[in-house]
Amino acid sequence: MTDATLKDAGVRRRISLPAIPVSVVLAISWIVAMLVIAALAEKIAPYGYTQLDLRNRLSAPGNVAHWLGTDELGRDVLSRLLVSIRISLLIAFGATAISAVVGTTLGFLAAHFRGVIEQFVLMLTDFQASMPFLIMALAVLAFFGNSLPLLIGLMGMFGWERYARIARGLAISANAQGYAAAVRQLGATPARIYLRHILPNIASTLIVSTTLVFPEVILMESGLSFLGLGVQPPMTSLGNMVGYGREYITRAPWIMLAPATTIVITTLAVSVIGDWLRDRLDPTLQ
Amino acid sequence: MGRYFAIRIGRAALTIVLVVTFAFVVLRLSGDPALMILGPEAPPEVIAAFRKAWGLDDPIWFQYLDYFSAIAKGELGRSMRDGRPAIQLVLERIPATLALTLPAFFFKVALGIPAGIYAALHRGSGIDRAVMMTAVAGFTVPSFVLALLLVLVFAVQLGWLPSGGQDSWRHAILPIVTLSLGGAAVLARFTRSAMLEVLGQPYIRTASAKGVPWRKVVTSHALPNAAIPTVTILGFMVGTLIAGAVVVESVFSWPGVGRLLVVAVANRDLAVVQCILLLVAMTMVTSNLIVDFLYGFLDPRLRAKGAHA
Repeated sequence: MTDATLKDAGVRRRISLPAIPVSVVLAISWIVAMLVIAALAEKIAPYGYTQLDLRNRLSAPGNVAHWLGTDELGRDVLSRLLVSIRISLLIAFGATAISAVVGTTLGFLAAHFRGVIEQFVLMLTDFQASMPFLIMALAVLAFFGNSLPLLIGLMGMFGWERYARIARGLAISANAQGYAAAVRQLGATPARIYLRHILPNIASTLIVSTTLVFPEVILMESGLSFLGLGVQPPMTSLGNMVGYGREYITRAPWIMLAPATTIVITTLAVSVIGDWLRDRLDPTLQ
Repeated sequence: MGRYFAIRIGRAALTIVLVVTFAFVVLRLSGDPALMILGPEAPPEVIAAFRKAWGLDDPIWFQYLDYFSAIAKGELGRSMRDGRPAIQLVLERIPATLALTLPAFFFKVALGIPAGIYAALHRGSGIDRAVMMTAVAGFTVPSFVLALLLVLVFAVQLGWLPSGGQDSWRHAILPIVTLSLGGAAVLARFTRSAMLEVLGQPYIRTASAKGVPWRKVVTSHALPNAAIPTVTILGFMVGTLIAGAVVVESVFSWPGVGRLLVVAVANRDLAVVQCILLLVAMTMVTSNLIVDFLYGFLDPRLRAKGAHA
């Protein structure tokens, strides 16, 4: 139901009219391709991503058996790349979803209760915004060790403060508007007012923030994995591939160039879509 | 004005308390440090001695208070690996990190701010588009990829510069370039949008309408107003001087604080990690405080509003 309301309220009405720029079309196609790859990774990969081929170690890209070459253990770079895309996107989507839900919820709580709760939420957002996330993430990893669920949860703490600030600000102004007052007078519970009435109305701004946070999550996860502190082998992610490929930068630069290029194009594509959506959807810019 | 500063200082203190609490909670939630450090096969009497030495047998609130008073006294524990005071290990590494981050900070400002201002003043020109494209690239290319590309070109292919280590000033060039390029791109993009926003304000139109020369409109009306948001991001960059080079130091095997942090995390050397965390928090809080004070000077409205803030 929320989805349908959301579409009616913002997306359909505003997007369908103007022509979509070529760069945005390319960006969307790239993201769709990444999603398809993430969904089908193991099915379309020519080899298992941990499958060794010791006779073909460090073979250069462009041969028929291994399009993107092989790494130091003869594992197929293309297959590893496909699986890495899946893991990195899984983390990025999971983390973005967590941080959007956590941030929006806290923002709504602050807007609803005001007073002490609001001050507490604002204090937490200030704290989160003033500490470099990488350092905090490293501290948590140092103390807790590492696993995929922990990593997703940890990355989910990235950027929540932006949703919280936006949701709080917008919910406070929405509360002052007629429609929120009207449904409140009709006896709707606070949960219903916030989720069914206010959320759809402020969703476009939150979606724009999502497109800003998402590429940063990808960069943060790949940075951690690059340092050897994110996704752990034998599992693989884009940052992890770059990190291990770096040792062979002289003899086999393709091992790190393939995932590095993927990271750059993906973050670029999401940023392009985000900028475009912001111009389209963000009412504060119109 | 006094109230404005009092509130800021109170917030800064609160942030430090939050960081210490964060470190404490995470430290205690992470399981038994005794088992983690000594391993499950350690004899029980060794584990008991370790627990006693680190105060792990006291009640949790007692440990919390203890923790605060120890930190207040500057006792940040000893490295669980080599037994030296953690603070000493960290302080030793700071000069190496500053040798990268200070020059990089200078280049970021020297490149990024003029580029952003120029792009905003010549909106839509070729240079504006070039600046924006570079800025987008600076955001989407992660620092480790940029660092490795620089290594690939200047160290591997051309052989002009070393790819890692800290033996001479030539070793510092690639790390500094990596840090500067990324930061300059962010700063240029930010300065540009701050400038554009100011240039669209009615007072700029008024100033040029009453015949003030454009050069003077820019220098005495636009720049001071655009400086306010730019100072914020500069403050954040000052705050990251100590630990802003984690990734770059790791790529170039540069023995700074960032490298120490990564190694400490990998070894689970908790005292060192916590020491760096606190040090970073202090730096961030101090630089945020300086930014808040600077606002007071840059923005007269804040001084007036201070009484209500």
